[in-house]
Amino acid sequence: MPGSLADALALLNTEPGVWKPFAGGTDLMVLLEAGKLDHRNYVNIWGLSELRGIAVTDAHITLGALTTYTEVQAHPILKSEFPMLCQAASETGGLAIQNRGTLGGNIVNASPAADSPPALLVYDAEIELISTLGSRWFPYNGFHTGYKQMQIAPDELLARIRLPRRTRGASHYYRKVGTRKAQAISKVCFAGLARIDQGHIEDVRIAVGSVAPIIVRCVETENTLRGEKPGAETTQAACASLSREISPIDDIRSTAQYRLQVAQNLLTDFLSTLET
Amino acid sequence: MQINFKVNGEERSVEGFPMARLLDVLREQLHLTGTKEGCGEGECGACTVIIDGQIVNSCLVPVAQVNGSEITTIEGVASNGELHAVQQAFIDHGGAQCGICTPGMVLAAVDLLKRNPQPTENDIRNGLAGNLCRCTGYMKIFESVVRAYQK
Repeated sequence: MPGSLADALALLNTEPGVWKPFAGGTDLMVLLEAGKLDHRNYVNIWGLSELRGIAVTDAHITLGALTTYTEVQAHPILKSEFPMLCQAASETGGLAIQNRGTLGGNIVNASPAADSPPALLVYDAEIELISTLGSRWFPYNGFHTGYKQMQIAPDELLARIRLPRRTRGASHYYRKVGTRKAQAISKVCFAGLARIDQGHIEDVRIAVGSVAPIIVRCVETENTLRGEKPGAETTQAACASLSREISPIDDIRSTAQYRLQVAQNLLTDFLSTLET
Repeated sequence: MQINFKVNGEERSVEGFPMARLLDVLREQLHLTGTKEGCGEGECGACTVIIDGQIVNSCLVPVAQVNGSEITTIEGVASNGELHAVQQAFIDHGGAQCGICTPGMVLAAVDLLKRNPQPTENDIRNGLAGNLCRCTGYMKIFESVVRAYQK
């Protein structure tokens, strides 16, 4: 139980890989109790005030990694400018989970079925990793490199998540498909953002969860859509691109075929909201 | 490790493993067995308690994280020998069957009414969405919450 962020970073630096950061516990406690965690030592970062809080400037909104889902939903600027993140937060677990689960934890737990990353990817989030050596910021897209793999060193902590405030005039579409409304892990989770300029699709961004080893920012589908007019032909081309870009599998929650079909249905539904 | 916290208004001090589940510490060390274990993985809400004004699943909270906190369990909901309006409504309107989900349901409902004294049916469904009942008694539970705030 480090007393400060500096103490926590010093510990991670002295014995890299030995200590696993432990925040809200909503994922780790489950694995720990099931005996599925290799680590024996946990550094409790839940009490570190340096990793909390939401700061707003003209250009960005910056969230401490320990920001809970409940705090996300309550923030007026997130509600008005980043509604998909608030919706993702409201559809993660139930209230008791939302009071404890953190945005940073959702990222570094690295589940391909996590609910907030599709929204974060679509909002062009950037993340900050810190260690005793200093801090580095980089785009969240690319942070996850494979199933549960990410570009974070053993002595680093995820400290903050930053969203550029460039969503004015955009359409936002977020839909999580699970077995039930609350407490479900998604079968497919879709986030889409687009702007229409003179009848043509501009600045389209799409990310889909639970359809690949990582949450996928669907760049090829975006390229197919950019500059096109919303309509049946555009939708068909986009669905074809999407099917090449995702690689859903059969598992306990769903099947590859169902996931592909639902992902295409959600893309179609998103694009239909852009037609005037 | 020694951990100090307040439970139902009383200062308590426990000695134990820092990663022990708050649920187990409450039940086994403090003998507050009103808090139930359902799934043990944060899915069912049977182990709901209130920490510093927020409901949580006590099966997912290591006891080290409640040092200095204030906790309310189901044993602390009634005051001065009088049941809370939610508890009374659960009794009067059949909101409880087997009883395993009931402590968590009551705490989630108490928390909901504190934040939102006149919830819509949708608010009630959302507020209790993290609490599962396997006796299929949801309608009577929702009705109990409505009757509790009408009082």
